Amino acid sequence: MLKIRIIPCLDVKDGRVVKGVNFVDLIDAGDPVAQARVYDGEGADELCFLDITASVENRDTLYDIVRGTAEQCFMPLTVGGGVRRVEDIRTLLLAGADKVSINTAAIARPEFVAEAARKFGSQCIVVAIDAKALSPGKWEIFTHGGRRRTGIDAVDWAKRVTASGAGEILLTSMDRDGTREGFDLALTRAVADAVTVPVIASGGVGTLDHLVEGIVEGHATAVLAASIFHFGIHSIRQAKAHMKAAGVPVRLE
Amino acid sequence: MNVVIVDYGSGNLRSAAKAFERAAADTATAISVSADPKALKAASHIVLPGVGAFADCKRGLEGVAGMTEALEEAVIGEGKPFLGICVGMQLMAKTGREHGVHQGLGWIEGEIVPIEARDTSLVHQVFRVALDSEKVKIPHMGWNDLEVRDPPHPVFAGIETGRHVYFVHGYRILCERPGDVIAEVDYGGPLVAAVGRDNIVGTQFHPEKSQATGLQLIANFLDWRP
Repeated sequence: MLKIRIIPCLDVKDGRVVKGVNFVDLIDAGDPVAQARVYDGEGADELCFLDITASVENRDTLYDIVRGTAEQCFMPLTVGGGVRRVEDIRTLLLAGADKVSINTAAIARPEFVAEAARKFGSQCIVVAIDAKALSPGKWEIFTHGGRRRTGIDAVDWAKRVTASGAGEILLTSMDRDGTREGFDLALTRAVADAVTVPVIASGGVGTLDHLVEGIVEGHATAVLAASIFHFGIHSIRQAKAHMKAAGVPVRLE
Repeated sequence: MNVVIVDYGSGNLRSAAKAFERAAADTATAISVSADPKALKAASHIVLPGVGAFADCKRGLEGVAGMTEALEEAVIGEGKPFLGICVGMQLMAKTGREHGVHQGLGWIEGEIVPIEARDTSLVHQVFRVALDSEKVKIPHMGWNDLEVRDPPHPVFAGIETGRHVYFVHGYRILCERPGDVIAEVDYGGPLVAAVGRDNIVGTQFHPEKSQATGLQLIANFLDWRP
């Protein structure tokens, strides 16, 4: 049977890992490729790079990182951040990304999702949704790192982008991101039950139980986390063993 | 050995090439990515990757003048070992039913149809569209464990039933001849994971993205002497 996926995420700025693994045996903790290799060796099911570089000029460093990672890590790689044009997607895929995550550009121009899916196939188009709770059962999408409101309902948007061809949703709770209080499970479940594509839960993981909750209560089929893995609090292997013990199907090889 | 990965504008050829380089690290093997049909003449092994939609990939392949004919000659005519990956595997079928009906290479008796699996077992419920639905999420995305058919095809040497490989697809192959199926996976029922006949094999999964198990399959393919 299919297994749920555990996806460590690396935030990359100007070619360097911003929040990275704090492993003593890493010679260069800011080197994204070195970090990717650690996660590869630990049995991560996928890797995610999120480029938070502000300037367009420094985009080339991201492409180098993707190339370097794809040369050494033979595992699925999702890359997001600043993807605005069909050319951006093509460059990332040719560099070695398997999936590309689109966020702001989809909101600015919703037909971009359909264009991208037609060109490259739904299987490589991920739409990232950053949502904040408005009231119980209602979430709105925000852009620009949670600073800009859009007036768009998160569940409606998830349905709309999947109808346009998105093959996966990367769902982040802006309320929980960075809090280590656990996923917004109501949000995760509302979106996961509303769409027919896989949903990755993100934002708020602080314990291994949170990962289990994202699957069992949130109905996500993948969980993404950054800090619990980066700061060496837990390894991917520990996370998988914990999930398996909780009855969640995981890959242990 | 001289491995040619066919470039017809589809897929992440770089990942495939790097995986072959890694898998072949110990042997004197040349790996090249080529859009030149003539390159197939000198090839010892041919790889057809592919991601996206069947029709787009078929169009892409037809867009390379002489490539389909060169593949026919090298693979069917001369019997060179051939590996199709994902849509590259699907293209081996007679017919594709994704966005209309399209003709494939016709090397495997079968057709490409949408995954419309239903899951009635409790263990799978995390992959259901919703708890009150028996439909599974599409695409079939992630790591699934193989059920390798006995006796194992040479490309599965040392890869036992239960090993995981990475899938990402919304369409599946239905084979007319059961003997062409060399591995399956379970996703709301059995799906074909790999096909094989004579000198041709195809994997629905991505060996180039399946870590050690994928590299093992690639190494086996390079060692294969059909």
